[in-house]
Amino acid sequence: MNRASLVFALLLAVLLPLSLLAGRVWIEPFADHGPANAALILAELRLPRAVLAIVVGAGLGAAGAAMQGYLRNPLADPGLFGIAPMAALGAVASFWLAPLLPPAWAPLGLPLLALAGAGAGMAALALIAGRTAEDARGGAGGGIALFTLAGLMIASLAGALTALAITLAPNPFALSEIVLWLNGALTDRSWREVAIAAPLVAGGVGVLALAAKSLDALTLGEEAARSLGLDPRRLLLLLVAGVGLTVGAGVAVAGIIGFVGLVVPHLVRPLTDRLPSSLILPSALAGACLVLAADSAVRVLPLVTELRLGIALSLIGAPFFLWLLLRMRRGML
Amino acid sequence: MLAAENLVLARGGARVVENLSAALAPGEITAIIGPNGAGKSSLLLALAGLLRPAAGRVALEGEDLAALAPRARAQALGYLPQAPEIAWDVAVENLVALGRLPWRDRGRPEIESAIAALGLDELRHRPASRLSGGERARVLLARVLAGTPRWILADEPLAALDLAHQIALLAHLRACAAAGQGVVVVLHDLALAMNHADRVLVLDAGTLVVDAAPEAALAPGLIAQVWGVAARWIGEPGARALLTAKGDAAPPGR
Repeated sequence: MNRASLVFALLLAVLLPLSLLAGRVWIEPFADHGPANAALILAELRLPRAVLAIVVGAGLGAAGAAMQGYLRNPLADPGLFGIAPMAALGAVASFWLAPLLPPAWAPLGLPLLALAGAGAGMAALALIAGRTAEDARGGAGGGIALFTLAGLMIASLAGALTALAITLAPNPFALSEIVLWLNGALTDRSWREVAIAAPLVAGGVGVLALAAKSLDALTLGEEAARSLGLDPRRLLLLLVAGVGLTVGAGVAVAGIIGFVGLVVPHLVRPLTDRLPSSLILPSALAGACLVLAADSAVRVLPLVTELRLGIALSLIGAPFFLWLLLRMRRGML
Repeated sequence: MLAAENLVLARGGARVVENLSAALAPGEITAIIGPNGAGKSSLLLALAGLLRPAAGRVALEGEDLAALAPRARAQALGYLPQAPEIAWDVAVENLVALGRLPWRDRGRPEIESAIAALGLDELRHRPASRLSGGERARVLLARVLAGTPRWILADEPLAALDLAHQIALLAHLRACAAAGQGVVVVLHDLALAMNHADRVLVLDAGTLVVDAAPEAALAPGLIAQVWGVAARWIGEPGARALLTAKGDAAPPGR
């Protein structure tokens, strides 16, 4: 564990209790609330929501760090692989397919179909990955740039199909539900979603950690990395699996939450030696902090309806992105 | 012994090296030279095991490189790419330490001796973005040395360097060869190859034209034939300079 991990673990330890206390009903930590209400709010509403924020944020943060390391580009984002749009497509399909599912399965329909979408995206990427890695060894070129473009194509195809599903929505109610869901939120989530996402995200972060040393080698460029023993196909498959699990599980339980994967590694990098392997764990912790803080903030904002988390994070993320671009122009990155 | 055996290389569908055989010995500096597009970099990549031959093979101590596990190959062959990049603003010490990746150890003694060999001790905490071109070249060579490879394969390591840094880097490579490592460099400067290499491979349009000691290999006739430039050497062996006359060049017919 490095210094950055320690800093963000401590921050998370401070944020978690604050988040549990904050909301429409402010819970005084040491007052006597009577047994029922406060305990119920904590155990059934706020704790699962906070844990889910941590899980989703950790996955997005780690995936962002790994993607930036892989593409050797500080502006890369886990969304580039097209896994989040594929998961969203699966989720949107569930609004159509919901009536076909047996009633007992109904609550699981959306997350399971979203995971299936993410899985389909991962499978397509893995197929392309096998080919591009082979090309690199045979000297045909392409490599990482080609693979990234393939990911972008998957993303735009999934985006188009999602838009199609929306325009063909069976009724206005379904339409507004889909659009609202796509904006990403952690409202009214329960331990069921935690049980779905937590193991997948934990597995995904573990897989990304296995790729860490290979990402370090890539710091010197693709050919130097291969000369250091990097196996391009293994690295790609680890990345596709790791990003797929973390991002796919995140979208399945929370909808699309952008910018976390892009922003978080930049918050972490100055506290580390800047090698990709040093970023993955602290980025997971920092991503957890960011999503937990943002979700607590949208909960206490005095608005008529709760601000959607995905919108709130984009509102913070977009200006930050602009600031990054300006800094990069001055050659400071 | 690192040997190319009837090597044919193709990139993007085009054949760039044709039926090339050469057995390189450790303890020497071998220079690969030739005009632009002659296939020098492709040959070096194949010798490093990073470009799979379309036909023929590269053998390390008689063993086919393609059959070697990537890690075992990485431990034996150190490769320094042309115009190497450094993606993140990592400190010198950590960059050099990347050379230990094939060994999966911290390799402190090897890292320290590579830092010492290239005189990087005072720069060890400096981030890559604040290195000059000459410092960068030294750091990246130190990265290769930290992996203690049996062979060092460098693609135009002198290209971005001024005269003093060129001489200094060649001295480091000479020290590596003297210590028994094999050194293979792609060079553009004929005079540097003439004065510093033990052996010269001249490539022209993918074909090995000459494989000999520099004095024998780089005769004016060959320079005229391969580069299309009329030139002659002055000075004495080990301290040669190449004279070319303005207007004497016949543009290469390719």
